[in-house]
Amino acid sequence: MTRINLNDLDPEFKHKIAEQPGGEGLKACFACKACTAACPIQPLDKRYDPRKIIRMALLGMKKQVLESDFIWLCSSCYGCQEVCPQNVRFTEVMYAIKNLAAREACIPPGLTVQRSLLKRHGRLYEVGDFENDKRLKFGLPPIVEHPEDFEALLPDQSVNNTPNHGATT
Amino acid sequence: MEALLYLGCTVPVRNLNYEVSARLTAKALGITFRDLEEFGCCGFPLKSLNVEDTLVTAARNLALAEREGLDICALCNACAGTLNEVAHQVRTNPETREKINQRLRLIGLHLEGNVRVRNFMRLLWEEVGVEGIRKAIVRPLEGIMLAPHYGCHYLKPSELNVGFDSPETPRTLSEMISATGATVVNYPSLLDCCGGGLLGFSEEIANAMAARKLEDVSQSGAHALVLVCPFCNVMYEGQQKKIAKSTGLDLKAPVVYYPQVLGLALGMTSEQLGFKLNRIKSATLLKIVEG
Repeated sequence: MTRINLNDLDPEFKHKIAEQPGGEGLKACFACKACTAACPIQPLDKRYDPRKIIRMALLGMKKQVLESDFIWLCSSCYGCQEVCPQNVRFTEVMYAIKNLAAREACIPPGLTVQRSLLKRHGRLYEVGDFENDKRLKFGLPPIVEHPEDFEALLPDQSVNNTPNHGATT
Repeated sequence: MEALLYLGCTVPVRNLNYEVSARLTAKALGITFRDLEEFGCCGFPLKSLNVEDTLVTAARNLALAEREGLDICALCNACAGTLNEVAHQVRTNPETREKINQRLRLIGLHLEGNVRVRNFMRLLWEEVGVEGIRKAIVRPLEGIMLAPHYGCHYLKPSELNVGFDSPETPRTLSEMISATGATVVNYPSLLDCCGGGLLGFSEEIANAMAARKLEDVSQSGAHALVLVCPFCNVMYEGQQKKIAKSTGLDLKAPVVYYPQVLGLALGMTSEQLGFKLNRIKSATLLKIVEG
């Protein structure tokens, strides 16, 4: 087991998470572990353990949480959220943690690629003649890209675009 | 009834069998879909980066629908879930609504929050009903065994699905499968998550999550696994051969979309319903139904 040096902990970390949209419920956790029992990821990768992530956050282990690659393993199934007796809403707390990580530490490269695609096309996949010809063969109406709103809707300063260490691909 | 058909990003490019069968079956059951060219991404893919980006991206679609005065029907579980969640927040949280409208103003839109979002299955359940489906069947799928897969965002978060279905004991998809005359196959991993949400981060874990259900369904005697979400499809159909190879499991689980089997029972042909785009072929199923 790794020792934790109290001087490395950030007592503000839990408050910071709780200030994010969706992070509000973090401090209500009383460590019953229902979330972990409901999680389909935890049996496959022990590092992704909802109860443990909450304890790490409450202790102030900011670096170990935000710079880890396991925070990106949530499948967003809402299993933890459904069983929580304290209404922590852990799926949403994970989004709050990932948002903080994206701003302050590291982003898996795939996510920034998706964001720039979205700004360029207004959708995740580019739709060109090839796709629309195929649609036409099935009698389906063409898809017309409308990217014009997304430059204004998604300003660049809202995420840290520099790829950093620690993130898996 | 009339609704705006929300296609999202994946279905209109990669799952034309789902789109074409949904449009055909809806029409046959008295639902009029209208297309809105301006619809864009639902915002779900941005949520890990910035929740507020998801809010405004979803809200843009909601505001466009509200301007048309029509409800939204989404085919993808993740799109339906995200749009529904944001509509719920806008309705219940005036502060969020104001924040969203500040950004929407930049593109000349405004959102009150009156638009209702349902996935296609909920629309069928509430607007046509199981009895309505049963009455419309002209070719009951007798002798066909089908395994349902709901998908997480069909059922959860449950606060968004009050009055529709239960995350622990779901029944709507099963009952709508029964209504076609087919037999519903129950299997142990019915409620499992497909793993699609983390395919981009760990293919190994995602595949391990999907493997259990594929194994259960292969052993259950079902002629097909019935889906309603393109994300789940990526795992169960797109990854199936890879999973079989890496695990050594003998997987043979044809994958179909619910409106495809519904369409067969409504008398449509497998060709009309886009079955040739299904990559794990439902040969036995189609042989029993079409001969």
